[in-house]
Amino acid sequence: MKYNRLWAWIVIALGFAYFFVPLLATFIFSLRMRRGELSFDAYASVFSDPRFFASFGYSLVIGVFTIIVGVLVVVPAVYYVRLRLPWLRPIMEFITLLPLVIPALVLVYGYIRLYNSSSILPLTGSVLGTDILLICACVTLALPYLYRAVDTGMSTIDIRTLTEAAQILGASQWVIISRVVFPNIMVAVLSGAFLTLAIVIGEFTIASLLNRPAFGPYLVGVGTNRAYEPSALAIISLLVTWGAMGMIQLLARFAPKTARKD
Amino acid sequence: MAEPFLRIAKLVKAFGANQVVKGVDLAFEKGEFVSLLGPSGCGKTTILRMVAGFEQPSSGDIFVQGQSITGLAPNQRQIGMVFQAYALFPNMTVADNIAFGLKIAGMAKPQRLIRVDQMLELIGLSGLGQRFPFELSGGQQQRVALARALAPSPQMLLLDEPLSALDAKIRVSLREQIRAIQRELGITTLFVTHDQEEALSISDRIVVMNGGKVDQFGTPFEIYNRPATRFVASFVGQLNTLNAIVADAAGQRVTIGGASAVIPALPAGVHNGQAIALTMRPEAVGLGASAGRDIALSGTVSEVHFLGSVIRLKVDLGGNAISLDTFNDQRTPPPAYGSPVQIGIAAQDVLVLNA
Repeated sequence: MKYNRLWAWIVIALGFAYFFVPLLATFIFSLRMRRGELSFDAYASVFSDPRFFASFGYSLVIGVFTIIVGVLVVVPAVYYVRLRLPWLRPIMEFITLLPLVIPALVLVYGYIRLYNSSSILPLTGSVLGTDILLICACVTLALPYLYRAVDTGMSTIDIRTLTEAAQILGASQWVIISRVVFPNIMVAVLSGAFLTLAIVIGEFTIASLLNRPAFGPYLVGVGTNRAYEPSALAIISLLVTWGAMGMIQLLARFAPKTARKD
Repeated sequence: MAEPFLRIAKLVKAFGANQVVKGVDLAFEKGEFVSLLGPSGCGKTTILRMVAGFEQPSSGDIFVQGQSITGLAPNQRQIGMVFQAYALFPNMTVADNIAFGLKIAGMAKPQRLIRVDQMLELIGLSGLGQRFPFELSGGQQQRVALARALAPSPQMLLLDEPLSALDAKIRVSLREQIRAIQRELGITTLFVTHDQEEALSISDRIVVMNGGKVDQFGTPFEIYNRPATRFVASFVGQLNTLNAIVADAAGQRVTIGGASAVIPALPAGVHNGQAIALTMRPEAVGLGASAGRDIALSGTVSEVHFLGSVIRLKVDLGGNAISLDTFNDQRTPPPAYGSPVQIGIAAQDVLVLNA
């Protein structure tokens, strides 16, 4: 028994080292900007760059719109598939996994080809149109995560009976989704939303090829010209992502409790 | 003739090739408590769901006070429903759950609060309005579900096996409470259950269903004492079956294991020498000879079940076996396993059932 536990601890320690040693190395490297001593100069340099805030702010706005569009598409879709079209679930699973299989590069070239300035819907012909295209692309990229988060959330409650209970009390479909279903899967939706935000903040390929001033292209741009700032930015990005994950954990505490059976 | 409150006419429901409700006709009066009783898959829940509007009939119609409701959506039918799984909204307090239907109906907040208080008092949960469903026991949750269903003053109440998820003691007290509330409000109630004791104890009338059809529709007394079919007799309560031979059809005389008896319920059309099955309830059979029990048979005790106030015995009659109930007598122990006994059956309590 003790022998088994020792091996378990060794495996955990190796996994921990595999994850944290590079992070620690990156962090220490980001502090070495000043010759001969450790300092936060690289971080100061990053924060003094107005393009940092501009690109981060832009990605944040795109992220918020991505979440709104994603939730509006995914929540009703999952709800109706679970309630009325359960046979469609395997197909939905497959479709929502496609963004993990199809490279973002293929997706964005498809978009550019379909929505270029000489097409029927010339979205790339204007800044707003391109932003809309970027949001749509980000919704697609976040689909595997958002769909699963919402689907898992809905599996924890008896969606059919709750719907019928609300329906017989006179509720319309809109009231059922907004006041019965949505509040009960809020935590799952927020989990999906924070995952989406983390994806959008780090997204490079699509934003770069659509020529939008997002945080991802900024990160890569800084990485090609500077030495210490990219490491500082990597740590900042990581902290943002961890912050988002921490929010998921925090919000999970407010999940509606399931009924006690006795 | 006055139109019944709820009328179900030639109702059929098929799921693909599987017809689960096969041309059901029923009529219920206002204020009645009617149970739909039957085994799993007999179509009772499907009928309830069609009345609620969750399922559309393949054919047939449902009328409430003479008006067809078949084409109406569930939220237009003014029906209250209590589900087996409680179905309370987990994100809302007890008071918010009860107020849900009132809010949707557009009732002003002051009236709503008064109504919620009234309903909490009705179900005996005053003071628990601010609790969440997970903070209540199963019985309390089901009472809240009942209050939520009744709060908007629906014209009819549907109960879909509301007691199945509860333990035996709570089930009995809650069914009495449901019946008392139903009587107090005078609301027409349709109750689905597979538990015959539950149906017998609280219903004005019972619909016994079998294979998508109504086998019998009557009062608990009629259903138990005058079952229309062999299925009803065997599904509702315990039933003994004795094999007998018709000795004299004209004189209604049969022989049961060599003993002769006159059976008043012997149907016309039987002929001498025909093998028939006689059925009777355990309480129609007694130990020893007694006045009124005119068929005397001898056998040996093959099982003894001490149930407290009642002792259930099984007696082997050589080819026939019969169960009988006898009250516990503190001074006389029950017959021992294997001991010879004589039993008496009241011929007038014997039923000859159709297939």
